[in-house]
Amino acid sequence: MSALGVAYIIIVFGLAGFFACRARARLLEQRGQKMHSLPLYYGWWAFFVTSAPALLFLLIWTISSDLYLERRAFSHLAAQNAAAQNAASAVAGVAASGAAPAQSAGFGLEKAVLSDLVKNLPALGGNIADYAQASYASVRKKLLTAKNIALVENGRNYMLPLAVEWLETRRILQKTGGAAAIILAAFAFVGSFYYVRPAFRARNKVERVIISTLFLASLLAIATTIGIVLSMLFQTVHFFESVSPRAFFFGTVWDPRFSTAAGEAGATGRFGLVPLLAGTLYIALVAMIVAVPVGLFAAIYMAEYASPGLRSVIKPLLEILAGIPTIVYGFFALMTIGPFLRDISAALAGGQSFIQAQSVLTAGLVMGIMLIPFVSSLSDDIITAVPRALRDGSYGLGATQSETVKKVVLPAALPGIVAALLLAASRAIGETMIVVLAAGVAANISFNPFAPMTTITVKIVNQLTGDLEFDSPQTLVAFALGMTLFVLTLLMNIFALYIVRKYREHYE
Amino acid sequence: MSVGAGIENNMPGGGAQAAALGACSAGDPAGRRRDIGLKRRYRAEKRFRFYGIAAIVFGLFFLVLLLWSIFAHGFGAFWQTTITLPVALEAQVIDPDNRLAAEPQSVSDPHFLAMIDYPLLLRRALAQKLGVAADDRAAMREIGQMISPSARGQMRRFLGANPQAIGTVQTIRFLASANVDAAFKGQINFSLPQDKRKISDRQRQWITLLSKEGLLHKSFNTGLFTRPASANAESSGLAVALIGSFYIILIVLVLALPIGVITAIYLEEYAGKNGFTDMIEVNINNLAAVPSIVFGILGLSVFINFLGLPRSASLVGGLVLSLMTLPTIIIAARVALQAVPVSIRAAALGLGASHTQTVFHHVLPLAAPGILTGTIIGLARALGETAPLLLIGMVAFIANYPHSPLDPATALPVQIYMWAGEAERSFVERSSAAIIVLLAILTLMNVTAVFLRRRFEKRQ
Repeated sequence: MSALGVAYIIIVFGLAGFFACRARARLLEQRGQKMHSLPLYYGWWAFFVTSAPALLFLLIWTISSDLYLERRAFSHLAAQNAAAQNAASAVAGVAASGAAPAQSAGFGLEKAVLSDLVKNLPALGGNIADYAQASYASVRKKLLTAKNIALVENGRNYMLPLAVEWLETRRILQKTGGAAAIILAAFAFVGSFYYVRPAFRARNKVERVIISTLFLASLLAIATTIGIVLSMLFQTVHFFESVSPRAFFFGTVWDPRFSTAAGEAGATGRFGLVPLLAGTLYIALVAMIVAVPVGLFAAIYMAEYASPGLRSVIKPLLEILAGIPTIVYGFFALMTIGPFLRDISAALAGGQSFIQAQSVLTAGLVMGIMLIPFVSSLSDDIITAVPRALRDGSYGLGATQSETVKKVVLPAALPGIVAALLLAASRAIGETMIVVLAAGVAANISFNPFAPMTTITVKIVNQLTGDLEFDSPQTLVAFALGMTLFVLTLLMNIFALYIVRKYREHYE
Repeated sequence: MSVGAGIENNMPGGGAQAAALGACSAGDPAGRRRDIGLKRRYRAEKRFRFYGIAAIVFGLFFLVLLLWSIFAHGFGAFWQTTITLPVALEAQVIDPDNRLAAEPQSVSDPHFLAMIDYPLLLRRALAQKLGVAADDRAAMREIGQMISPSARGQMRRFLGANPQAIGTVQTIRFLASANVDAAFKGQINFSLPQDKRKISDRQRQWITLLSKEGLLHKSFNTGLFTRPASANAESSGLAVALIGSFYIILIVLVLALPIGVITAIYLEEYAGKNGFTDMIEVNINNLAAVPSIVFGILGLSVFINFLGLPRSASLVGGLVLSLMTLPTIIIAARVALQAVPVSIRAAALGLGASHTQTVFHHVLPLAAPGILTGTIIGLARALGETAPLLLIGMVAFIANYPHSPLDPATALPVQIYMWAGEAERSFVERSSAAIIVLLAILTLMNVTAVFLRRRFEKRQ
C-alpha cells in the first residue's frame, strides 16, 4: 500500500474521531453536563489529535526511508562500479587504462540510470525478485515492448540486483511504516474520547491550532525570499569559482561563447556585466524620460483640474495600460513602433534610416508608455492626499492654481512621488518581455539611443532557455545576473520605503 | 506641516484677483493698476493646464494605437480559408503494391496509412478542377503549394476511419496554404513583381477561379482554438497554450488564494506588533516588487533542479506564478479585512464570540468580495506573465495536448512570444489573434472584478 493510501486511512480515522467525539459531546450536553465548548470543537480537536501525529510520522518515515535507500543503493553502486572497472582493466590490461577514468566520470549518470530503473521496474508487474538475475538489456526490451517505456541503453547488469533489493526493501519499509502510522491513528482515535469532558477547553485548543496554521502560512513569504536568495546565491558562488568577480563586475566585454565551444583551448568566454548594466540603465532612463513627465502631468490634471466625471472616465482608461501584459507591449514595439521609427528616420534622412528597428529608443519608448499609469496612479493618490487647507492657504495668498500646484502641492507630495518614481524605475530595470523583443541581443556600450543594446534580463532569458548545463559558466552566469538584478531592485525598493517613512508628512 | 491649517478664508480661484485688487488700492494712490504680471501668470496657468491635457492625450493616443494595431494585425486570423473539392481516392495511388487485395486488414495498419501519397491525390483533384494537365510538372508544383501540409494528416485520419471509401470520389474540405489564405484575404500586394511575392500570377488566377465556383471559403477559424502547435501557420492553434494557461491559473487559484488569505488574516488579526511581524511585512512588500524573471530563476533552481519536477510542465508554471501572485493577494486581502467596520467586530465580541469566531464567522465573509476582487486581479496578472515561464522551459514546440499539469505545455503569452519570433507574416497574424484572445480573457476577468466591487460597495 502506498503512502497516499495510508494517509487516506488516517484521515478516515480522523473523520471518525470527529463524528464520534462530536456525538459524545452532544450526548453529554443532553444529559445536562455543562460543557466548556460547543460539541463541534470537541470534534475538531479529536480530528486533529487523531490524524496530525500519524500523518507527521508517515511523512517523516517516508522521506527518511527514501533517503536511506538511495544512499545505501548508491554506495553499493559505487562498489560495483569500482569492481567492474578493476575487472575491465585487469582483462584489457594497460591498453584500456584510458577508458577507466571516463567511466568513473560517468558515475553521476549511473546513479540516474539506476534511479530510472527503480522508477520503471514496478510497471512490469509480477514478482520483482525474478528480475534480479536478468540482464539489463532484456529488461529494457521488455519495458519498451510491453509498456512503451524507454530506458537508457547503456545500463549495466549489476544494477538489476541493486534495483530489486531497493524495491524489496522499500516495500517492507513502506509496509512497516504504514502499519505503524495506522496503529498510531487508531490509538489516538480511542484516546481522543478522553478529551470529551466538561472541563476540557476544546475551543481554546482548536483556536490555537488554527492560529499556528495561520502563522505557518505567513512564513511562506519569508521562505520565498530565502528560496530566491539561496537558489541564486549557490549558483552564483559556483559561477565565481570559474570566473572571477572582478572580471564579471568590471568586465566590459560580454561574449559567453556557446558551451560546446567552451571545451576548446582558451575559449571560456568573457562575462562582463558592464555592457548589460549600461543597456539596462540606458533603456530604463529613456523609459523614465517618457513616463515621468507624462505620468506626473496626467496625475496633476486628474487630481487638480479634471471634473469628477471626467476623472472617472480618464483614470480607468489610463489604467487599462497597466493591465495589458508586457508581452503585448513587446509585440507592439516589435511590430509597430520599431518599424515606424525605422521608416520615419529613413524618410527624414533621405533613404538611409538611422534608427534601427530594435533600439534603445524603441524599447525605452514602449516601456515608458507601460509605466505611465504606474506613475500617474501612484502620484494621483499622493497628490489627492495633500490636504485641502494647504491649497486654500495658497489661493488666499493670491497664487494661481498652477502656482499652487508647483509651489505648495508638489513640494508637500514630493517624498511620495520620489518613492513612486523609484518603484517605477525598479520595474523598468526588471522588465523582461519588452526588451527581449525590442532591444536586441547585441551587448555593446554606446550612447547612441538609435542603436540596439541589450539588458540583464535579456541575457538571463538567453542563457536559461534551451539546453542547460549546471556546471558550465554559460548557464551559471544567468544566476549571477539574476542576483545582480535582485539586489539592484531590492535596494531601490528599500530606498523608496525609507524615503516614504522618513519624509512623509503627517497631516491632522 | 500645518501652513494652511489656520487659514479659514476659502477663496479658491478668485483669490488671485482679490489679492491683486488689494495690492492696487493700498500701494498705488494714483489708482493705476500695479503690474504684477497677471497676464503672464495666466498664460503660465493655461500652459500648465495644456501640459496636463497633452499628457493624458499622449497616454490615451498610445492606448488606442496599441489596441488598433493589434486588432488590425490580428483580426484576419479569426477567419481561415478552406478548399472544398471532390477528391478521387484512386486505388492505385493509395495502394500501389496492391497490398490490400492480399491482406485487406492492413488498411488499419498505421504504417500502411502513413506511406500513402495523400498530397498527390489532392493535387490531382485540384488540377482536374482547374483544368491543368497532370503531367505539367511546374503547374503541379504550384498547385501543391496551394494546399496546406496539414491536409495530409486529415486525409490519413479520414482513410483510417473510412477504409471503404478507397476507389470512390469523396468531397473533402481541407485548409488552403497560408499564402493562399493571405491572398484570399487581400493581404498580398499584387503590384509587386511576381518573384517578390508569395503567390504567382497563375496561382492568383486559380484562386479567382476557385472562389468564383464557390470552392474557396472563408469561415470562422475554429482551428485557432482547437489545434496544437504546428510548423505551418494555417494549421497552428492555441489549444495547448489555452490548456496550459488554464492549468496554471487553476493551480494559482488553489494555492495562492488560501495561503494568501490566511497570511492576511494572521497579519491583520493575530500578529502582535513586533520585529518578526515587521519582517514578514517588509518581505511581502519586497516580493511584490521583485522582477518576475527572478521568480523564474527560483522556479528553475528549486522546483526543477532541486525537487526534480518535470521541465515545461504547467505544474511548475503554476507553482512559480503562485509565489509571484501571493503578495498581490495578501495585500488585497489585508485591505479588504481592514475595510470591515469595527462595529461588526465589537458586536460579535460583545455577544460572546471568541476572537477566532469573530474573524471566521463575521469579518471574513464581509471581506470576501474584496478578497475575490484582489484575487481576480492577481490571476489576471499571472495569466499575462511570460518571463518566468520562459525560464522553466514552457517555451517549446508542443504538438500533443497536455492531459495533466505534469505534461509539457505552453501558456498563452508564451505562445504569443513564440509566434512573434517567426518570420512569416501569417504567424504575425496568428500572434496578434492570440493577443486578442488573451486581452479578451483579461477584460472578462477585470470586468468581473469591477462588477463584484460595485456590488460590494452598494451593499455596504
